[in-house]
Amino acid sequence: MYKLVQPPLLFESSRAGRGTAVLPPCDVPDRPLDELIPADQQRLTPPPLPELGELDVVRHYTNLSTLNMSIDSNFYPLGSCTMKYNPKRNERLAALPGLLAQHPYQDESTLQGLLAILYDLQEILAEIAGLDAVSLQPAAGAQGELTALLVAARYFREKGDSRSQVLIPDSAHGTNPASAHLSGFDAVTIKSDGRGLVDLEDFKAKLSDQTAVFMMTNPNTAGLFDPQVREIADLLHARGGLLYLDGANMNAILGVVRPGDMGVDLMHYNPHKTFSGPHGGGGPGAGPIAVRDRLAPFLPAPIVARKAGGEYYLDHDRPHSIGRVRSFFGNTGVLFRAYCYIRSQGPQGLKRIAQHAVLNANYLKALVDDVYPVPYDGPCMHEFVASARTFAKDKGVRAMDIAKRLIDYNVHAPTIYFPLIVSEALMIEPTETESRETLESFAEILLAIAAEDPETLHRAPHTTPISRPDEVKAAKQPVLSWQG
Amino acid sequence: MAYIANTPDDERIMLERIGLETLDDLFRHLPEELRLNRPLDVPAALSELELTQVVGGILARNHGADQGVCFLGGGAYDHFVPAIVDQLAGRGEFFTAYTPYQPEASQGTLQAVFEYQTLICQLTGMEVSNSSLYDGASAAAEAMFMAISLTGRHGKVVVAETVHPEYRQVLGTFLESLEPVLEVVPATGGVVDARSMAAAVDDRTAAVVFQHPNFLGGLEDARALVAAAHAKGALAIEIVDPMSLGLLAPPSSHGVDIVVGEGQCLGNPLCYGGPYLGILACRGEYVRKMPGRIVGETVDRDGKRCWVLALQTREQHIRREKATSNICTNQGLLALRASIYLAVMGPRGLRLAAESSTRKAHYAASSLAAIPGFELAFPGAFFKEFVIRTALDPNELLANVLRQGYHGGIALGRFDPSLADCILIAVTEKRTREEIDGLVRAFERASSDLQARTAPTHRAKATGLASVAAP
Repeated sequence: MYKLVQPPLLFESSRAGRGTAVLPPCDVPDRPLDELIPADQQRLTPPPLPELGELDVVRHYTNLSTLNMSIDSNFYPLGSCTMKYNPKRNERLAALPGLLAQHPYQDESTLQGLLAILYDLQEILAEIAGLDAVSLQPAAGAQGELTALLVAARYFREKGDSRSQVLIPDSAHGTNPASAHLSGFDAVTIKSDGRGLVDLEDFKAKLSDQTAVFMMTNPNTAGLFDPQVREIADLLHARGGLLYLDGANMNAILGVVRPGDMGVDLMHYNPHKTFSGPHGGGGPGAGPIAVRDRLAPFLPAPIVARKAGGEYYLDHDRPHSIGRVRSFFGNTGVLFRAYCYIRSQGPQGLKRIAQHAVLNANYLKALVDDVYPVPYDGPCMHEFVASARTFAKDKGVRAMDIAKRLIDYNVHAPTIYFPLIVSEALMIEPTETESRETLESFAEILLAIAAEDPETLHRAPHTTPISRPDEVKAAKQPVLSWQG
Repeated sequence: MAYIANTPDDERIMLERIGLETLDDLFRHLPEELRLNRPLDVPAALSELELTQVVGGILARNHGADQGVCFLGGGAYDHFVPAIVDQLAGRGEFFTAYTPYQPEASQGTLQAVFEYQTLICQLTGMEVSNSSLYDGASAAAEAMFMAISLTGRHGKVVVAETVHPEYRQVLGTFLESLEPVLEVVPATGGVVDARSMAAAVDDRTAAVVFQHPNFLGGLEDARALVAAAHAKGALAIEIVDPMSLGLLAPPSSHGVDIVVGEGQCLGNPLCYGGPYLGILACRGEYVRKMPGRIVGETVDRDGKRCWVLALQTREQHIRREKATSNICTNQGLLALRASIYLAVMGPRGLRLAAESSTRKAHYAASSLAAIPGFELAFPGAFFKEFVIRTALDPNELLANVLRQGYHGGIALGRFDPSLADCILIAVTEKRTREEIDGLVRAFERASSDLQARTAPTHRAKATGLASVAAP
């Protein structure tokens, strides 16, 4: 059996004079460089990049990769992140030059295939949302949130309505209040009630003519569907506010409930979650947004449109648009994979995703909730939040210890300490692509860990190339690049 | 149904365990009136074979840089991507992992990001880099937010007109709901004049934003622009083409405070505009105002060197509305690709790529400017991209050139009516002398086609035969 090892840093393996021939010599007539670039604009010395042979680089990254857990190698029940299988068929299609070799400023006549796909994706995302118009531009869920809030801000501004507040439940993702702040609004927190849902009384108390938007995550971060959503929408609409849906948890409701039918006015998708884009060690994602008709004029430009003759084009002529939130069209590579994923599912397949995501979560919850109590109990959606607080109280074992110990059993840890409304939270999202055997084996591991002695857990993980890192040192004396 | 593992037996056993009979029962606690009582109106499911055929067929209708010779730039470039980048970054252990929340199970990603941060510092000469942002334009916006926060100035942000028009739009979008205004300093002769910049900056200016090489390919007087910012206590933000840093003086030598750039050119495919790679690096003293994820070095319990997500107290999941940014992911995979690219190219390879691009661009520029009726629009030095001015309609000209097999350039009228007679042309190290000569011939032919098409009308009018000649 070979051993996992941390390779040295690239820079430590560098040897002067080593390198790989990638490019040919320049084949145009030679002219003195100083005639082309003034001497004072040129570098005096080459950048101090490492000098490595190609095999050095291959071994380096191959060895590094083995230090990661990933969906391809491990069960990865990271709550809120929807770590489902990333289909290989999409990757082969996404590697075709018909996608990869397309320049964003090509003539539209040379992009008819890609524009057709993006146009169809706009239509499909509108249908799944039960909303009217879609912008594919935002680069990630957080940018989608911010874009949607800018759309809302522009909508109110054009009405001459200067609302200043965005209401956000205390169970929300941290990106919600951060996006509200960046779009010029004040974030006002709404409490959760004893069931883990929006505290309706607190919502009513804080709802006012200053309320621009209520940002709701439904199903919420506790994995619960909030049945009050329609009532919330009605109350909000009566005061002129807009209901925003954080679409992080769309996997639970595909084809079952549509946000528009809940009274949602605008939302973002996380196609890298719901529609299975590879997460790439932290990105790329995408954050398309869907809105009602009356908000459509404010969407970022351009939008893919179709002429009467069937030809596709980019519609830049959007005088009420908020403008751009990024350069070029969008994260096309991620959007393309979402399109392939949806085309592989069809209407029945999309609904089965939601059904099995919810089935798997409820089944897993049933297998473990005797030992890992779920504070906000009842039927869950695609994920559930268990609490390790009894372990913490009785044995001094914290959610962190359980997470670390799980790694020894070759499974990735759940999301921990989130949502903030559950103490010692373990947020578990199995996704629909995992089998019953995997869930049962995970449940057995969780139960076995519950019976282990606290010292074993405190010292976990035991089998990884490193033990627990000193995060305090990393914060107090930050070393953020190789110091040579 | 493609990827669901549960069999009908599993389904039955699992439903029984949770006390339900059917899959629909899983949703019975949802209000009836909200539930969709019809199938979604989306296309029917395709098997893998059908999907491959159908989607492959649609993609085949595109005619990209693989089929026409590509001289398009404007912030996205057809540089060469070595095979090693695809092979290594495509490993499932990188590709299908997520943000390294559990460092013990993510040292691969963490070390790769730490190396990325180091490589960006080496390239730019700056002290710290974050783990990457969405793209060059949003990185510029994040740098602007940093500058507003660091200076506490809410008067204005001053941007050079030679900054990519889409980047300027992004800055404008994000400022619209906030207090500072965006002021544009006009270009003269394809660059911004440092004195005009100095005149625009006042003591309520948070930042000066410029691009070097700029959107039109030209080299700015970066040191003077930075000095214009610093003279009034504003921060200087420089937008760079990282490829240029194989050849050009690093931004640190300009005295700049924050550097941003589009990292697509470092081993990432064109992919119709994204996903791309936003680079952001700055002075060490600003690190706690930096947006995005940052990886730091530390030791484990046994004193062994390792890596973790560092300085998370800046971030949205802890600080919520007081966070430095709303960003919660980086562009991990693109940053990985950029690192592999830089590792395999090394200092000499990057220099060759940059220098070849420059030499070839100059060869193309002088050859095109030698065609009668074409001239270089601006007199100054440029890197790998330049502007040609023509009396012919650029859109018609480029359509003709396209029919001859060349993506010949970008008609600049789409960005700026005052440049309606201009074409932006980019040349990378991938273009051969033969391809450049071919582009020149295509321009010549297009030029004579366009002149021939207008000339007979003139002749016809002159000889009074218009009515006879008309079809």
